[in-house]
Amino acid sequence: MTHKESEPVLSVRDLRIGIGKQNAILHGVSFDILPGETYGLVGESGSGKSITGLSVMGLLKRPLQVTGGSILFRGQELLTLNSRARRRLRGDRMAMVFQEPMTALNPLATVGRQIAEMFVIHRGLRWSQARTKAVEALENVRVPSPEERARSYPHQLSGGMRQRVMIAMALACRPDLLIADEPTTALDVTVQAGVLELIAELSQAEGTAVLLVSHDLGVIANMCRRVGVMDQGRLVEEQDTRALFERPLHPYTRGLLAARPRLGSRTLAQRGRLTELDEVVSSDERGRDQPTLVTPRVFSGATP
Amino acid sequence: MKAGGTGVPVAPAFNLVFGERQPSRMMRFILRRTLQMIPTLLVVVLIIFVIFSVVPGSFISSLMSEGRNATNADVMAHLNQQFGLDKPLLVRLWDYLWGLAHFDLGISYRTREPVWNVIEPRLWPSIKLALAAMFFAALVGIPLGFVAALKPGSVIDTGTMMVAISGLSLPEFWFGLLLMYVFALQLGWLPSFGYNADSFQHLILPAIALGVSPMALLARTTRAGVLDVMNADFVRTARAKGVSEPRLVRSHVARNVLVLVLTTLGLQVGSLMGQAIVIEKLFSWPGIGSLLVDSVAARDIPVVQGAVIVIVLWFLVINMLVDVAYAAVDPRIKVT
Amino acid sequence: MRLRFNLVLGLTLALLVIVCALGAGWIAPYDPVLHADLMNSEMPPSWEHPMGTDGQGRDVFSRVLYGAQVSLTVGLVSQLINSFIGTALGVSAGYFGGWWDDLVNGLTNVMLAIPSLVFALAIMAVLGPGLPSLLIALGLTNWSWTCRIARSSTLSLKNQGFVQAAVSAGFGDFNIMRTQILPNILGPVLVMATLGIGSAVLAEAALSFLGVGIRPPQPSWGNMLTDARELLRAAPWAAIYPGLAIFITVLGFNLLGDGMRDLLDPHMRTRKV
Repeated sequence: MTHKESEPVLSVRDLRIGIGKQNAILHGVSFDILPGETYGLVGESGSGKSITGLSVMGLLKRPLQVTGGSILFRGQELLTLNSRARRRLRGDRMAMVFQEPMTALNPLATVGRQIAEMFVIHRGLRWSQARTKAVEALENVRVPSPEERARSYPHQLSGGMRQRVMIAMALACRPDLLIADEPTTALDVTVQAGVLELIAELSQAEGTAVLLVSHDLGVIANMCRRVGVMDQGRLVEEQDTRALFERPLHPYTRGLLAARPRLGSRTLAQRGRLTELDEVVSSDERGRDQPTLVTPRVFSGATP
Repeated sequence: MKAGGTGVPVAPAFNLVFGERQPSRMMRFILRRTLQMIPTLLVVVLIIFVIFSVVPGSFISSLMSEGRNATNADVMAHLNQQFGLDKPLLVRLWDYLWGLAHFDLGISYRTREPVWNVIEPRLWPSIKLALAAMFFAALVGIPLGFVAALKPGSVIDTGTMMVAISGLSLPEFWFGLLLMYVFALQLGWLPSFGYNADSFQHLILPAIALGVSPMALLARTTRAGVLDVMNADFVRTARAKGVSEPRLVRSHVARNVLVLVLTTLGLQVGSLMGQAIVIEKLFSWPGIGSLLVDSVAARDIPVVQGAVIVIVLWFLVINMLVDVAYAAVDPRIKVT
Repeated sequence: MRLRFNLVLGLTLALLVIVCALGAGWIAPYDPVLHADLMNSEMPPSWEHPMGTDGQGRDVFSRVLYGAQVSLTVGLVSQLINSFIGTALGVSAGYFGGWWDDLVNGLTNVMLAIPSLVFALAIMAVLGPGLPSLLIALGLTNWSWTCRIARSSTLSLKNQGFVQAAVSAGFGDFNIMRTQILPNILGPVLVMATLGIGSAVLAEAALSFLGVGIRPPQPSWGNMLTDARELLRAAPWAAIYPGLAIFITVLGFNLLGDGMRDLLDPHMRTRKV
């Protein structure tokens, strides 16, 4: 923890990702995350927010590769780091929580063992010691009867519990940066709030910076002070969350906000026709063969 | 056989898991699976019995034509009576099943010994050959599949897949002949055929010849399994945890792949005793397979039936063991 | 890339074998049975005898060519029977369910428990050697996997919209199976049949090698190997070429089946990119 308060934990500059050199998917994305800050990346699926998170972790899959730009983590350039050094950072200094808690855990190992592995890899603990630390970690994420739960296998836990396990695992080594990629999307609405609360609380307590990737503006509004809006592989707007909701600058953001169903207007007649994204964003601003957001259309189609 | 649990009390899921170490539950599982084999075995006996009851020439008539006095009706009637062949088919079937229930497989037409006494000395050589072949197949096939899958599209991968498809297309007895020619006749390193209970050398060539096709199959299944598992979300999670690649393969991928490969492994071991008949004949191996072929040629039907039952039983027992192994390796599988 | 390679090589080898079988009468330099020149027995390959001669002075090349006829006939016809049985049982079991499904399922499990070669051997013992017996023995013993695949495909198709639509439109059961389900499972069944040709050729060779398949004067790759075993030291070519013919044939149909499967399965295709 040697960095100064003002210096960003993560500084992404002009990041470019493509399939090979030709097909660019991310066209120069830049943003900073300060220590202890929760930064939101919002956009529809395919906008490039998830691969931004994965590239920071160094987990891009084969045809995808970083083609340019820089990723500074605590002042250190990650893109020129060798794979061994990057691996050491992963899990220890930066950690990630994924969308699908059903498949993100090894089905054949106990939850406790999977958390304990963090301490074995990064702290050099013996398995017996690591196991007690794992139980503590489960207790931290408020899993009831952690002793017993540590001996369970993933399939024996509910989705919300599994995501708590993922969070316990990610935060086990008290990282400086937590990347949460749609952490509540796959969960029941009833447990979403609890999981988000947990992330907020633990990151505040430890001073962990969070990069929260989501398509859900509601989640972003609750969690983040600053938001970046992504569309078609570009960061089209970056604002304070409050300002974004009050005065969206970019037409795409306006469309995204308008597409949200509003609370309060109860009947369909009152609600009127939901905004279609295509009406807001002129067609030359989006790629021709890109899929458009489907949900609003479905809603509007339902009006009599 | 569907493992549809009927009448088994449903306890909370985590209590049913084998990891909880409940030997009595495991024993019950094995016992139930053993009982489930009986209908399959009965149908097999029935099929074999029906097939051989329509044999045009009975064993007795083939005995007669072998230079003995074929016109002696008295002798024929006596023999028919001795073997119970004068009774109606259903009675014979009932007698046979009754005997089977008492572990009595009948009397061999040819040697006039109890069938079990004919089969028993053949059992161990057959099992030895099957296990040796499988040992070879697993030892070569599984690592080959792993290596191929870790570098998909590489020269090693392409080469391995060529070897695999060739292995599956190879007539094993021809491959055995080639092995025999090269290693026994030309190089003189190994005995060309025969069996020696104490010597390991006689086992090598037949085991390799028999093991080539399961080896190829295992290489393919392993490769597909590794590719599948490497794409799984939990492998990405492990990478995000900072797990190194060797550790990833060792402690996250390998066991998950093993679960996928286990089925193939079991099916192969189970059917090896049947597949071995040609190899046993080629190498003059005194196993169940060569006994079966000889008995078919001599129409010694009780021995044929006994040998088929042993081969099927081996298949069923191995598959039960695989299911038991599954429960031990995969916590998601409930032993009920 | 690999996908096309499999298909092309498989098709080439399969066609090669088919041409050899159909053209054996024209290509073969000698009569496979009657031309037995005892003075020239166990001769190594030469211009007159490209694959040498066997123990009775017969031309191995000619016998291999005629052997292709037996192998292909057995492979194709027995797979036709197997595919018919497997598809009929599998589709009807999946479609009707209930006790019929249980019965078919049980029978399939029994068939899987008896190694098909053992079963075929038993049937051959009853029917006696010869081509017709081989067709029956191998046609009746290798349908269990086709049946399983047809059944599971039918099960998943049954609940799909277009089949449900046909049911509610009042089509007859047989009609629905024939017009709605069968066309959709033809692909996997065809793949199984192609792969099955390979195993039928292997099984025929094994049975003939054991002496219960095609009887000696008539050439079959399997019984040629039986003879060759006795003179392995003196005339290894008599063992090498018939086996090579089996290998090439089986490899051809296996590659073809693999290639077809890759072509049919888009999931496999994307994974190979």
